[in-house]
Amino acid sequence: MEPDREITLACPVPFAEGQKIQLAHGGGGRLMHRLLDDVILPALRKDQLAELHDCALVPTPATTRLAFTTDSYVVRPLFFPGGDIGTLAVNGTVNDLAMGGARPVWLSAGFILEEGLPWEILRRVCQSLRQAADAAGVSIVTGDTKVVERGKGDGIFINTSGIGVVEHGLPLGPRQVRPGDAILLSGDVGRHGIALMAVREGIRLETALESDCAPLAQPVRRLVDADVPIHCLRDLTRGGLASALVEIAEASALAIQVHEDRIPVHDTVRAVCEILGLDALHVANEGRFVAFVPSEHAERALEILHGDPLGTDARQIGNVEAGEPGRVTLRSSFGTTRILDMLSGEQLPRIC
Amino acid sequence: MKYLDEYRDADAARKYANLLARITTRPWTIMEVCGGQTHAIVRFGVDELLPPGITLVHGPGCPVCVTPVEMVDRAIAIAARPEVIFCSFGDMMRVPGTQSDLLRVKADGGDVRMVYSPVDAVEIAVQNPHRQVVFFAVGFETTAPANALAVYQARRRNLRNFSVLVSQVLVPPAMRAILESPRCRVQGFLAAGHVCAVMGIDAYAPLATRFRVPIVVTGFEPLDILQGIAMCVRQLEEGRADVENQYARAVRPEGNRHALELLVEVFRIVPRQWRGIGEIPESGLSLREEYADLDAERRFETAEATPVEVGACISGEILQGLKKPSECPAFGRQCTPESPLGATMVSSEGACAAYYRYRGARREAAVHGT
Repeated sequence: MEPDREITLACPVPFAEGQKIQLAHGGGGRLMHRLLDDVILPALRKDQLAELHDCALVPTPATTRLAFTTDSYVVRPLFFPGGDIGTLAVNGTVNDLAMGGARPVWLSAGFILEEGLPWEILRRVCQSLRQAADAAGVSIVTGDTKVVERGKGDGIFINTSGIGVVEHGLPLGPRQVRPGDAILLSGDVGRHGIALMAVREGIRLETALESDCAPLAQPVRRLVDADVPIHCLRDLTRGGLASALVEIAEASALAIQVHEDRIPVHDTVRAVCEILGLDALHVANEGRFVAFVPSEHAERALEILHGDPLGTDARQIGNVEAGEPGRVTLRSSFGTTRILDMLSGEQLPRIC
Repeated sequence: MKYLDEYRDADAARKYANLLARITTRPWTIMEVCGGQTHAIVRFGVDELLPPGITLVHGPGCPVCVTPVEMVDRAIAIAARPEVIFCSFGDMMRVPGTQSDLLRVKADGGDVRMVYSPVDAVEIAVQNPHRQVVFFAVGFETTAPANALAVYQARRRNLRNFSVLVSQVLVPPAMRAILESPRCRVQGFLAAGHVCAVMGIDAYAPLATRFRVPIVVTGFEPLDILQGIAMCVRQLEEGRADVENQYARAVRPEGNRHALELLVEVFRIVPRQWRGIGEIPESGLSLREEYADLDAERRFETAEATPVEVGACISGEILQGLKKPSECPAFGRQCTPESPLGATMVSSEGACAAYYRYRGARREAAVHGT
């Protein structure tokens, strides 16, 4: 015994760095609050969220119509060129609201985390969530966190619901579509799906290809503010341009014809599609939309879109016709015509 | 895009269409052998540009379509085993066996993985030494070299947990079988360019001579196909039956020597069952005896089941060029890509799937009044 020696008593402190999500982080106790305080709130902090109330209390907007939507996000890999699950979770829901012509205002964010997920990953995702929300002009005002056992999830699942205010009187929807309407496409198609597939399957591309993931509320707002009498808006997601057009043709009971050589496709997307036997018109997008407008307003609408960073490559790809209900035809650059159909199941690369 | 747009040029297409209209004096029936060509014909509407007398019939060259149900059932049985990682090309995953398909096995918990190359499956075997990795080696002469390479590498690396389930088929014997059929209506062939890029064109001269049919080795872009048809029609009109090479930018008459050496090293020629057609002598490849221990059929015993083909499906007649998808009463009705009755509706290169995808169910039904 060395009596002179100073005795210090200390409890072992959990490692802060390299920490991983445990089941208890979803348990509602101290650990969960620490997760919220350390990781989630710093990234998302807004006044309402900081109160940690059971629900967000928001002021009633001075409008007669609200838009309300929800979507869940699962993506592998969580981080991909041009975005991650956080940007996707904000932009996807923002875009659904924008397609109703609404100005997105509030978002909720529900996380389902898999046990073992590194905190650092969650922190990065939350930061993207915040950045994407700021860029889209929405506030994340309420949220939830649950943890599932290891192997029962895929890292992170996120659900976001969104509320937007509708500040115009346009009815907007497939039923408003009329024969003769011009179909405007906001940009090139297929980037998101191919960028993800390249990362997921280890396909090395000669040129960097980024997802098109982006919030579409602003270009839509420009059209609405300029009083373009839009008939219908649809963002292109899974199933690609082809599925969106078929859905609208079926819901409006009208026919659609589009021209292949007017549909922009990035060369890298084209090349990957050719090699794997995929159709770029069926590949997923996360930052593109089609607008159906009366043909006499098409030119002005395009000018407006060209003035937005997300619409510089916008063009008219075809028209609505009074033909066979639900029929979408593609006039090929080869000078022939074929049907565009929805995708059956998932696109599978061919053998040879 | 370079090397692509040149072969899809509308003006050049019109010139070929005019040429064909000029040189065609009688009706002719021409078969494009490969599913990739069928796909391009329907996707680009090549047949719309042909004079009315020329009929294109679609050949057996879709590997997914001709893989026998027994083999798909065997794949499913092996894939369902807990110790197995089953690797397959993407478009085999949805092909129905007797009761299931590989995607369903995956949904039920089987470890079924889609790969882009058989060599990827070898790597999976290296990374998972305690699992059995099986690759479904399906396809024509086009996939055979890469599949042979995987087997060769696995042997060189002494991998004991890798094997292949082989269902390789060969094109020229199938063309011979079609020509020997008393119902044959094919007067000229567009042979599959990619197959010839590997194998060369020697196998076709005896067929052309014996059956008096012109055979034009043809590429896969719409202009390739139009030019191949023009070359074929010219021969027919002139009464010639030669082997010609439209696809000279990819096909050398002697083929690819390295690929051929590898094929001879690993495979031997065997009779094979073709789905919808039946057994064709000398029409398939199997592992040589020296590589037999890498044969998944030997490594995993599977119960022999008697497969049941759905009665309404006429894919056998379609694969032999006897009928077109639009002549099938089930097309677009009971039989769609979501619930296919036969393999020609499943594969993206199957003739029925191509018709459905690019022409729609309704139009075909309307045209033929069924």
